[in-house]
Amino acid sequence: MNMIAKIPARRRLILIGNGMAGVRALEEILTRAPDVFDITVFGAEPHGNYNRIMLSPVLAGEKTFSDIVTHDRDWYETNAIELIAGEAAATIDRDAKTVTGANGTVRPYDALILATGSNPVIIPFPGHDLPGVIAFRDIGDVDTMLAASRTGTHAVVIGGGLLGLEAANGLARNGMDTTVLHLMPTLMERQLDPVSAGLLKKDLGHRGMTVLTEANTKAIHGAGKVETVELADGTMLKADLVVMAVGIRPNTALAKSAGLDIGRGVKVDDFMRTSDPAIYAVGECVEHNGAVFGLVAPLFDMAKILADHVTNTAETPYIPAVTGTRLKVTGIDMFSAGDFTGDDTTDDVIFRDAARGVHKHLTIRDNKLIGAVLYGEAADSGWYFDLIRRGADISDIRDMLVFGPGVAGGGDSGVESLPDTAEICGCNGVSKGRILTAIAELKLTSVDEVRARTKASASCGSCTCNVEKLLQFALGDGYDATPKIKAMCKCTAHGHDAVRAAIVERRLKSIPAVMRALDWVSPDGCASCRPALNFYLLCAWPGEYADDARSRFVNERMHANIQKDGTYSVVPRMWGGVTSAKELRAIADVVDKYDIPTVKVTGGQRIDLLGVRKEQLPHVWRDLNAAGMVSGHAYGKALRTVKTCVGSEWCRFGTQDSTAMGVALEKMTWGSWTPHKTKMAVSGCPRNCAEATIKDFGVIATESGWDLHAGGNGGITVRVTDLLAKVSTEEEVLEYAAAFMQLYREEARYLERTAPWIERVGVAYVRDRLSDAGGRRLLRDRFLESQRLAQSDPWAERAEGAESHEFRSLATVE
Amino acid sequence: MTETAAWTRVGAIDDIPILGSRVVATPTEDIAIFRTAGDRIFALYDRCPHKQGKLSQGIVHGTAVTCPLHNWVIGLDDGLAKDPDEGCVDTVPVRLEGRDIFLAVKP
Repeated sequence: MNMIAKIPARRRLILIGNGMAGVRALEEILTRAPDVFDITVFGAEPHGNYNRIMLSPVLAGEKTFSDIVTHDRDWYETNAIELIAGEAAATIDRDAKTVTGANGTVRPYDALILATGSNPVIIPFPGHDLPGVIAFRDIGDVDTMLAASRTGTHAVVIGGGLLGLEAANGLARNGMDTTVLHLMPTLMERQLDPVSAGLLKKDLGHRGMTVLTEANTKAIHGAGKVETVELADGTMLKADLVVMAVGIRPNTALAKSAGLDIGRGVKVDDFMRTSDPAIYAVGECVEHNGAVFGLVAPLFDMAKILADHVTNTAETPYIPAVTGTRLKVTGIDMFSAGDFTGDDTTDDVIFRDAARGVHKHLTIRDNKLIGAVLYGEAADSGWYFDLIRRGADISDIRDMLVFGPGVAGGGDSGVESLPDTAEICGCNGVSKGRILTAIAELKLTSVDEVRARTKASASCGSCTCNVEKLLQFALGDGYDATPKIKAMCKCTAHGHDAVRAAIVERRLKSIPAVMRALDWVSPDGCASCRPALNFYLLCAWPGEYADDARSRFVNERMHANIQKDGTYSVVPRMWGGVTSAKELRAIADVVDKYDIPTVKVTGGQRIDLLGVRKEQLPHVWRDLNAAGMVSGHAYGKALRTVKTCVGSEWCRFGTQDSTAMGVALEKMTWGSWTPHKTKMAVSGCPRNCAEATIKDFGVIATESGWDLHAGGNGGITVRVTDLLAKVSTEEEVLEYAAAFMQLYREEARYLERTAPWIERVGVAYVRDRLSDAGGRRLLRDRFLESQRLAQSDPWAERAEGAESHEFRSLATVE
Repeated sequence: MTETAAWTRVGAIDDIPILGSRVVATPTEDIAIFRTAGDRIFALYDRCPHKQGKLSQGIVHGTAVTCPLHNWVIGLDDGLAKDPDEGCVDTVPVRLEGRDIFLAVKP
């Protein structure tokens, strides 16, 4: 018996284009009619769906690719959607109603949605097809840019619009010397008036970007790959990478070959139908009433109209709404919406505070706000945007309008004062009323829940703080804004960060004082919290706090590594991995004298003496001290080793003296206690023989100076470093290294290596803290002060008799 | 016939750091003597029931010690491993007379 025959036949729906607009249309369809369609998706990219708006933060190192994946393969499976990823749709047979993929896959359809998006415009300058000339469109482009920033130094971005500036910011953040070429006299001329564009140009300059306006690119040159960009005025710019971000063009190729009506894009009616009623189109590939689209909000609106129509839920015509724009460059606060160009029938209200870098430009026609440009202070953007979208009569508040809702809105400021119709999330078209209804009906208590249920703040994220304010407004005291903190251990409810903060703010200077002040539930903590507290106190009060040996793990108390049989291993320090005949002879003598069973070379370029008995340790150390060797701290949550290659002194490829640099770094940093073990390396050229890119702090010499990397790890989870900065002198290397060490010491949690710490706080944060010269030097100074007190050899002290009880039995009973 | 253990003075409480441990060597194996924050004294054979780690090298907290090898927590009073681990190490009779520590070691 054929069971399938009993189920009412589903309609077959195909989506071509696995991007934001198309997948949103599927979501809207599934919400309205979960069981009506058998759905197949053709996607050219080999992924699930990701949030393309967030490529800039990925490039800038503020998010990872996995952060921006919105629909992983599980989502398609859960919704019984067939995803054909990595195979573009090649042809549409409108008579047979089938779609054929590039690899020959054929699927029939009853309804077809085209969401083929857009292609970046590549201007055919001479040289536009050289390797190294790319667009900024997908995650592949981001990968190319990140790779270029690791090997090259100069980037040129052609196009000073939203996308170009976000690309430039990301490249500059990755250490590239970045120039933006813009054809027009002012940046982002469609979103910004000339004054705010000028402020923006200045702000980008402060961030290390060079902006050339009225820059007419003539040609791109290079042998085998891009090397220079030539401007019409003869200027030659060095370039290892050229990003062309001059605009997008609807991708109509497939629609055209299927014989659909095409203008600039695929022509659609008010219900998103193409000239073939069985075929819909949505997103950037669409032309509606002569207009094409590039921002996400209208695409999501189209997805709703399409879903209403294809599921026979409603027949609402699509009416393009006013859109608002923000530049996703951290620290630059701007917003633009509507029409600010003005004419005989409009008035401008302008507010400018040059010292604060604030400029507001409101455009009014017939007592209605029709456009707003806010630069330097855009907190009130939601209020202005709502006035524009509603076409509200502003005659009563016109004199106060420019001061925002705090003044003009009757004393109320912020989202609380907005009407329920006001749009909170521009990307997803979510109103205040819908968010409040969802909070009440679904009993939502966190931003994540609101995001999951309503999509508010799920795309560009810039409205997150307003969503949070609405939660506060709706739940009052019931809203707990603090993210759920993981307690340090079961002795306390406090997390690591809160404990550290309390140590400094409440001037707690001993372990019992911390435990009393923060209501520890166990009398003297446990083996997990005590070493953490000991480190936090040591870091907060250098010279003042007396190290508590009883709160040290055995290795740090014994200054040697305990082995499985209860013996210890001893690793003397060899600065930068350099040793001498004298040292080696002394080591050999120690091995013979104490009958040490194993001698091993370590991964950090040191010599490890294994199988030393506890009572032998002070004697072994005394002999090593006598030959000038001190503790290698191979046992500690401390600076372990600085690994080096031979560098320019011997190597025919070496560009700088990496060995001397490594010795200098180790002399500066040895003896410091850190949240977890800390390893460094210095390579003398980009061949990177010292493996600096999997170290906590890695230095790689280049022709012109030094690249400074951090956050690498070669352990269970291998992580390659992020570039922190490019510097030119040895002094700068040491200054950055010291500042980085202190930032890690002061802000990472105990037992957190630099790799997970940087993943947690974001490399952008670490770069920001270190790129500010004043802050960097303060960190450096605190590190050096702590080092002044920490750099005494624990072996020498113990060889002289300190802590002797650690090395001797209490008694022997016959 | 069982031989009675003799009480032997092995040292003074001040020889052991607070929240610390010292070892008494015997012909068979080491015994770890522990001192708590409240000056109580305990004695265990110096081997974790898990992988024979030296308990004398662990961190002492409350009336327990955490083994340095794999963080098992062993009760000082009963030698029992705390949840979720299971195992037991023998305790050794120990008493304090004034500041002096006496241990009852089987000959």
